[in-house]
Parts: sequence; structure tokens; C-alpha cells
Amino acid sequence: MTRPAVVVHDVHKQYRDVRALDGCSFHIDVGECVALLGPNGAGKTTITEILEGYRRQDSGSVEVLGVDPAHGDRAWKSQLGIVLQTDRDLGDLTVVESVEHFAGYYPNPRDPDEVIRAVGLEEKRTSRNEKLSGGQRRRLDVALGIVGRPRVLFLDEPTTGFDPEARREFWSLIEALKAEGTTILLTTHYLEEAERLADRVAVISRGRVLACDTPAHLGGRERSSARVSWLEDGVRVESQTMEPGHAVVDLMARFGGEIPGLEVRRETLEDIYLGLIAEDRGDVPPMVEVDIE
Amino acid sequence: MSAPTLSLPTTVAIGRRRVSVELKQFFRDRQSALWNFAFPVILMVIFGSVFGGQSVAPDITFARYFVAGMIASGVFYTAFQNLAIAIPLEREDGTLKRLQGTPMPTPSYFMGKIGTVVIAYIAQVTLLVLVGALFYGVKVPTTATQWFTFVWASILGLTACTLLGIAFSVVPRTGRGAPAIVSPIVLVLQFTSGVFFVFTQLPHWMQVFASFFPLKWLAQAMRSVFLPEAAAVMEPAGSWELGMCAFMLALWSIIGLVLAIVFFRWAPRGTN
Repeated sequence: MTRPAVVVHDVHKQYRDVRALDGCSFHIDVGECVALLGPNGAGKTTITEILEGYRRQDSGSVEVLGVDPAHGDRAWKSQLGIVLQTDRDLGDLTVVESVEHFAGYYPNPRDPDEVIRAVGLEEKRTSRNEKLSGGQRRRLDVALGIVGRPRVLFLDEPTTGFDPEARREFWSLIEALKAEGTTILLTTHYLEEAERLADRVAVISRGRVLACDTPAHLGGRERSSARVSWLEDGVRVESQTMEPGHAVVDLMARFGGEIPGLEVRRETLEDIYLGLIAEDRGDVPPMVEVDIE
Repeated sequence: MSAPTLSLPTTVAIGRRRVSVELKQFFRDRQSALWNFAFPVILMVIFGSVFGGQSVAPDITFARYFVAGMIASGVFYTAFQNLAIAIPLEREDGTLKRLQGTPMPTPSYFMGKIGTVVIAYIAQVTLLVLVGALFYGVKVPTTATQWFTFVWASILGLTACTLLGIAFSVVPRTGRGAPAIVSPIVLVLQFTSGVFFVFTQLPHWMQVFASFFPLKWLAQAMRSVFLPEAAAVMEPAGSWELGMCAFMLALWSIIGLVLAIVFFRWAPRGTN
């Protein structure tokens, strides 16, 4: 089929005495959304900024829309949308002025009013950007990132500081962009967000991709055991099983009907993620640590 | 759904957009509107009211001498001081990083800066001359020669100060610390270059010091515009030395250009 929108192959990057990337490889197909998960300092921002053209790798190759970002020209840049992590600029302009201004950089921009509506800033249209709350400010950054109708969108921790409702609205916006065929690289600390938005999740630690798969299959999640727990004489009892369906049927037979306080829980994406990171560091899995005491 | 045949907006079109947002930001930011734009007018009012009536020579009031110096200073405020403070802030608050990630051409960014500087300068000079003429007996130049000198001195001065401001923007370590480094430079040059005092009344070593820098020459050229021909005897050489003024401003423009090309950077220090 077509060539992937983003290709990262064996990228290394060293800052003085810190090895930021150590053989990082992954790809993003056209129209796909990949979430990059990893602890702080894992190399997420470094690889993202290499793809955006802000930094250069020491070795290895990267490609965005068939172009090496180090040699990206204006035409190439006009197909990218970049939402950086910390922005406090443009404080003296209003929301609508900012979006209209940046729209003028692109050959085929979205309608600024439509973009403002899509990110939910209509009521703040003529407010100075410096007066926006943290979450509103983030939505403005997203508006500026998508106004150029990008084919590839980079989102670096876009929902930090959002309340749950704003986060859900933001997810709908990203889903709409996905539906239009936008390729997205999403960096986030929220596992729930990755699970909801990403077609595939790449877990990165110490500059390498540890695992990259769909949220349902990451780290063999679909084959993992389930935990069934219920109340027995007011005390919670838990059993781990590969066949939770059978376990529930057995329990129903034992209780002669409804099982008090029944919960069936698969390993969450978070469990898988923490396990992968702990394994990579050579730690005991954190679950065990938590259970003792 | 993508339309690859659409062409990118031109550098000039984006440059024009940059001028428009830069101007809005310049005048809406209280700090820059006060210190870079209104301050020379405030000084004009204070000095004009206190010393304006005193004569520095027969038929020449201090106010007339002073307005020439303040217009020359205005070039330093709107170009050098403005850019040397604004660019470090933009480097720090993410403006430059955001722009680098868009298809905005680099020349458009500088067009925005230059356009803002020129428009702010024209507005400032108009205000200074208006206030000076209305209240302190400043005479608007009448001859074509005076206007010609005014135009070339302004252009050369703005060129030198804009380039020096862009180059100097790498010096402040932080955006917040920039005014503390930049403003004293402008102030010291004003004191030593014949803005606040009559140049020839300054100690000799101070006159020599100021002669190395552009403000002294720019103020001298502006005096040739705003003072009568007879006042040339008050200059160190007994004449306006316009050739030397032009030479020094051109020299500093070249120095500024080289420094700006060599040292200007988009990213804050400590990143690569």
C-alpha cells in the first residue's frame, strides 16, 4: 500500500552525558493515530521534535511525508500541524486574531471561525489570549495546530490541565480529525486517552520503543488473565483466571443466583504499561509492591 | 481531499500579516508601549518644561536642541531597545519556536519587525515634533535639504539600530532580564552623546567615548535638521560633519548586519 506517513528507524540522540534516544524505531501509517507513552525523560519529546524538524538525530533515519525533517521546505511544513508542550506566546492578541493570522500562512487553511467553534472557544473569540484559562489556552494551541489543514498532526500532551468534560470534548475533536484522514502522533500521560484515541500505542522507555501494538493487544493484553472478585461474608475475595466466564458461572451456581459485589477486571492498559516500564528498568512489577502493606 | 496544487502565500503577503500582528502586540503590551514609544515624549515634556526656555546659544532654546536628540534617541528606543528586549521574550515564551514550526518564511518575520519599527518611529517623531512645536518653540524643518537629511539619517539610523537590536537579542540570558541589560546601554549613550546635555559641554573623554557609537552621530545629523545653520558652530568640528555622520551610521549598519547574521538564534540557550 502507500508508504507510511512517519517512519523512524534506529534513531540515536545524545545530549552531553544523557542518552535521549537509543535505537528508537516505529512508523505511523497514513491516517493512523499512534500514541507515544513513556515516563518523563524517556525520549518522547526528543523524537517528536526531531520529526517536527526542531532537532537532528545523531544517527538513524526519520521521514515525515517522505521528507527528512532536517530538509523540510515550506511546502512540507504547510502539511504539518504542531502543538507544542509549553506555549505562553501571543498573549496580547485575541483568539480570533491569532487563528486568522496563522491561517494566512497556509495554502488551504480551514475557516478560522469553524476552527474556533471546533475547539469550543466561541465564547472567548474576542478575549485576549492572556486571559484564557490553562485548558482554554491549550485549545487555542490546538486550533493553531489544525488551522492549516495538516496531513500530519503532532500533539504533545495536548490535554494537560483539562477538566474531564473538556478532555472528552477534545477527544471528539481528535476523532473528527481522524475521520478526515489526519495522521496523528499523540504524546500523553493519560492511558485512558491513548486507549480511546490511538489505533496503536508505542511504549517508550530509555530511548527505545519497548512495545508497539493496538491498545487491546499491547504487551499480550488480550491473552492476559482476568481478575474476578466478589464479596463473601462481607469480605472481598479475588481469584485470577484465564476463563472469567466459567468462573462467573461457577460462582453463580455456588451462590444460587446473583453474586454479591461481582467485579470482573481485565488488565488495564495502565497495568500493562506499568509492567512494561518496570520490566525494562529491572524492577519488581509495581503491583506486587502495592499489595504488600 | 488534499489540494497540492494550491500555492503558498508569498513572503511579502505573510510579511504584511506579520507587521499587522506585531504592531498590535507592540502597542497593546503596556511595557513596550510605555518604554519604547511614549517614554521619549514624556522626557520631552519633562525636560521641555524644566529647561526648555533656557538658551544654549543666541536664538536657540534647549528645547530645540533637545528635540533633535530625542528623535535620535527615538530611533534607539523603537529599534534597538524594542528588538533587543522583545526578541529574547519571544525566544522564551515559545513565539519563535511556534513560528519555526509553521510555513512562515524567515524574511517575513524580519519584515514584521522592521515594519513595526518604522511605523512606531514615524508615529513617535510626529508626536515629538508636534509637542515640541506646540509647547516648546521647536521649528519644523522647512528646506528640502533639511528634509533630505532627516530622511537619510532616519533610514541609516533605523537600519543600524534594527540590526544591532536583532544581534543584541542573543545577549540577555532570560526574557525578563532583558530590560535590565538593554535599557542602561541606551541611557548611557544618551548621556554621553549630547541628548540630555549640549555635547560640546561634556568632558572631552566622554565626547571621545561617544564618537565611537552611532547615537552621537545620529543626534548631530538631527540637529542639522532642527537647528538653524548658524548653530553648526556649536558642534565639535564647527560644522555638521554630515559625511562623517552618514559614514558612522553606515559602518554600524554593516557591523550590525554581520553580528546579526553570525549570532542570531531562534532557540533559547542550552538547546541544540
